[in-house]
Amino acid sequence: MLNYRSPETRPLVSLNNTGVRRNGRWLVRGVEFSISRGEIVTLIGPNGSGKSTTAKTAIGVVKPDEGHVERVSGLKVGYVPQKLAVDWTLPLTVERLMTLTGPLKGREIEEALGATGMLHMAKAEVQHLSGGEFQRALLARAIARKPDLLVLDEPVQGVDFSGEIALYELIKQIRNRTGCGILLISHDLHIVMAETDTVVCLNGHVCCRGTPQAVSRSPEYLKLFGRRAAGTLAVYSHHHDHTHLPDGRVLHADGSITESCFPGDGHHHHHDEAVDVHDHDPDCGCGHHTRLQGFEKTEKRDA
Amino acid sequence: MLDDFFIRALVAGIGIAMVAGPLGCFVIWRRMAYFGDTMAHSALLGVALSLLLELNLMVSVFIVASVVSLLLLFLQKRGALSTDALLGILSHSALSIGLVIVAFMTWVRIDLVGFLFGDILAVSEGDIDIIWGGGILVIFALVYLWRPLLASTVNPELAEAEGLQPERARLFFMLLMALVIAIAMKIVGILLITSLLIIPAATARRFAGSPEIMAVLASLIGALAVAGGLFGSLHFDTPSGPSIVVAALALFVLSLLPIGRRLESASHSSHGGHP
Repeated sequence: MLNYRSPETRPLVSLNNTGVRRNGRWLVRGVEFSISRGEIVTLIGPNGSGKSTTAKTAIGVVKPDEGHVERVSGLKVGYVPQKLAVDWTLPLTVERLMTLTGPLKGREIEEALGATGMLHMAKAEVQHLSGGEFQRALLARAIARKPDLLVLDEPVQGVDFSGEIALYELIKQIRNRTGCGILLISHDLHIVMAETDTVVCLNGHVCCRGTPQAVSRSPEYLKLFGRRAAGTLAVYSHHHDHTHLPDGRVLHADGSITESCFPGDGHHHHHDEAVDVHDHDPDCGCGHHTRLQGFEKTEKRDA
Repeated sequence: MLDDFFIRALVAGIGIAMVAGPLGCFVIWRRMAYFGDTMAHSALLGVALSLLLELNLMVSVFIVASVVSLLLLFLQKRGALSTDALLGILSHSALSIGLVIVAFMTWVRIDLVGFLFGDILAVSEGDIDIIWGGGILVIFALVYLWRPLLASTVNPELAEAEGLQPERARLFFMLLMALVIAIAMKIVGILLITSLLIIPAATARRFAGSPEIMAVLASLIGALAVAGGLFGSLHFDTPSGPSIVVAALALFVLSLLPIGRRLESASHSSHGGHP
């Protein structure tokens, strides 16, 4: 496989200590990461943790209230937003959706629809698609324009377990074929795409970051997910030095409690870039080992 | 035998229907019907100001409608009240202030009913020049803005992320609406302008396979409604504006009949592609 990561080239996007403030409250603060060509960064975190806001900051839709974002000039973004509802009064076929933000050649449209397995649905109106089909149509639209950076906000929502694996496979192929950088947002706190280079765990700030641990190396997970999923999914072990209390305050590892949590508050260890996998007992009570969410997905309806 | 005034009204009305079609499509796609109403109602304030300050009627209506839409944008950003409530306040207060100012000006006699419901007798040759000149300008602007407008209708953040400028497109769209309201006022009247935007577009939806086809169909259906309404108005001696709206409604109801559905399925199989 080609190695797309070369340290010499500038990252496509880098966020430097960015924060976004709305109505007197910090939605997210102190975010630092960068995405280079061919790199996959996964943002995870609970609801309302600022994942979407961070992704929008990275692509310039949201302006940061502190810190700054650097983007290479002429950066071409392909974006799949988290929520997209097309009003039924708008007659929009999958094919027409493809050229929504820019003109494309017929061949480019066919390629992208073919890659996502949506070619047979080209003439269908988008309002008639199922959740999974619509996600694939949106992904096709985003890749058809051959972006430098692909931003996918929860692309596996409404998609069943095997569909999720297929989508991750597809994302991997897109990265390998085009060498674009990918920013992936996942609501799943523990199971991430195996190809992910960096996982950034957000909860109003960067809680921890690292690389995922391949499922295929752990026989228990292998048994749980099955062989097909093992190459695609990976487990991310959190290594937090603090806990978020229900009232929004933060309990630090040193026992102190602060109103909020950001890197400069003096209660944090230096967030390690390197993997510090501490495979400790799931019953340890640290709160970071909830049930495997990916496993529950198998019981969901077939879309 | 058709009179000159009737031909003028017909030419002017069809000109307005041409621009109202595509604009009306955006109004229903973006769920802005009430917004269009608010801008139209504020036109009466424009009428009053034009009489008070002796300005050109269309210019002052355009300015007032634009100011109201900018005011709405500003109030929406402050986010104290819901858009619905803001529109209700702006719409009826602009209309009322206009009526109050007109009532104070005892020295001018104006045909209020003509402004509220349209008056085919009021269309002059100069108006036709303005309507067609302004109409062609609006069509060109819409063609130029089509992609950013359509993309931001689907999702503004998506449009912005991929290099289009949804805010600018939205601002221009509001100005175009103000322009169309200013030039359409004489034909259908302040209270009924929104219906000329919405009803033909809603009728076109059932037959359209793509946004572009819907826009063109809406124009054609609007022109048909204008012609039908004006003939009805002449024949039954009814006010022009309401007659046009009734004709548009008749076309909409026709489109709901089973005969319409057959046409719809036929057009679906033939209009599958994109332009």
